[in-house]
Amino acid sequence: MSAYAAVIGARFRVLLQYRAAAFAGFVTQIFWGWIRLMVFQAFYQSSAAPQPMSLPQVADYIWLGQAMLAMFPWNVDGEIRDMVRTGRVAYEMLRPADVYWVWFCRAVAQRTAPTLLRAVPLLALALVFFGMRTPPGAAEALWFAACLAGALLISSAVSTILNITLLWTVAGDGIARLAPSLILITSGMIVPVPFFPVPIRRVIEALPFRGVNDLPFRVYSGHIPATQAWQVLTQQLAWTMVLVLFGRWLMARGLKRMVVQGG
Amino acid sequence: MSAGSLAEHLRLACRYAGVSVRSQLQYRASFVMLALSQFVVTAIEFVGIWALFLRFGSLRGWTLAEVAVLYGMVHVSFALAEAAGRGFDLFPGCVRMGDFDRILLRPRSTVFQIAVQEFQIMRLGRFTQGVAALAWGAAAVHAVWTVVGVLAVAIGVATGAAIFYALFVLQGTLAFWTVETLEIMNTVTYGGTEAAQYPLSIYRGWLRTLFTFVVPLACANYLPAGWVFGRADAPGLPVLIVCPVVGAAFLGVCLWLWRFGEKRYVSTGN
Repeated sequence: MSAYAAVIGARFRVLLQYRAAAFAGFVTQIFWGWIRLMVFQAFYQSSAAPQPMSLPQVADYIWLGQAMLAMFPWNVDGEIRDMVRTGRVAYEMLRPADVYWVWFCRAVAQRTAPTLLRAVPLLALALVFFGMRTPPGAAEALWFAACLAGALLISSAVSTILNITLLWTVAGDGIARLAPSLILITSGMIVPVPFFPVPIRRVIEALPFRGVNDLPFRVYSGHIPATQAWQVLTQQLAWTMVLVLFGRWLMARGLKRMVVQGG
Repeated sequence: MSAGSLAEHLRLACRYAGVSVRSQLQYRASFVMLALSQFVVTAIEFVGIWALFLRFGSLRGWTLAEVAVLYGMVHVSFALAEAAGRGFDLFPGCVRMGDFDRILLRPRSTVFQIAVQEFQIMRLGRFTQGVAALAWGAAAVHAVWTVVGVLAVAIGVATGAAIFYALFVLQGTLAFWTVETLEIMNTVTYGGTEAAQYPLSIYRGWLRTLFTFVVPLACANYLPAGWVFGRADAPGLPVLIVCPVVGAAFLGVCLWLWRFGEKRYVSTGN
């Protein structure tokens, strides 16, 4: 167990080096979130029809989305890509630890460290200046924290799968580039899931990705009542299990056909 | 610049672009994948806009088709500027490694050499997607397309490309002082694209002021398209003249800043 903890710790220290980039990203995200918010305000002023979410709930959703952007499985681990490209990935198999869980732990660190760096100041600003609210009660806050952990697990499992696909497509990182945009829209990052027309919503509900953003964010604002939040967490954990099993299977296949060049 | 020198620069630029395109086509599958993924990434934005219009019907009186035109115009502009301005994007690395010293030695202006060093064709993904949205919007919109209307859209796209290109030049110029990439500029490049997908009139005063008087993206789509659609909330300006002048002036200022920065350049190499 301590070996896995060490992997997470080491990755954390590396990832926390990039403070200037984090600041730039921070300003960009405040700007981005503000634009999104103004667009929604204008839409709400244009129509009197009842909407699936209230404007303040949308505001919470937008700011949480900006704050947790780095937790979203949007990129591959650059070091793993280099490992596959250079053949150093062979060393990974010599370690006295399960390769899948080593990579999973790397993904946990990759999704947590940059998020911590950005989320705290961003949420503080959003709460004070940009119309974000605190959760309606303690129950929502606690369930949100639990669901955020569930979201981290799903995101890490998906990230690990993206990293494993590098074993097949080294140069173009094909799937690793295409998948994030599909995850982006099915997780509610582009538009909150409740706004989609029913047929599209059905598809999204059959996929695991809304567990990363949509469900926890709606638990936060009380759009999903705290009494039903346990279903969200159960669903997240079940999906994590499926994604981990799939990832392990994929990795076993990838490593079996791997040929390392050089001597 | 004399006519002969202009022709010679053009010939040289084509040579550079040819080399760059050929090298990118060496990895054909990778190129197709990159362009395709860029198409999908930008297209899902439009799916989001479509879903919102399905819910809300209209946006302060603007229809989906009209917003599609705004959206298409700004994405085509951005794709053009991104493809051509990639050299300035890579420039901070060039300063850091001391490669700029070599460029200073060659008998052509630095702006020219940086500008032509890479032409990125993977931007075809965003470009195609923008053209598709623009074409659909133009066909679906309740407006009679006159020659002047089409000209206004074309001028808007060209103006937008000039403004985004100028922003890339500016981003590169700042590297003379900072020696690193200033990702803060993403707020006006990527953020500007994001904002200009919708009519500027929906935003608060400070943002409208920013994108009208500081970074004049209003001239890229909101003013020309608003004028074509006869929108009351788009201020009436003789857009066919004002927009290109503003775009050219903005590019001129950024190029002047480049020359100013170049004079202060101190090599990092040894």
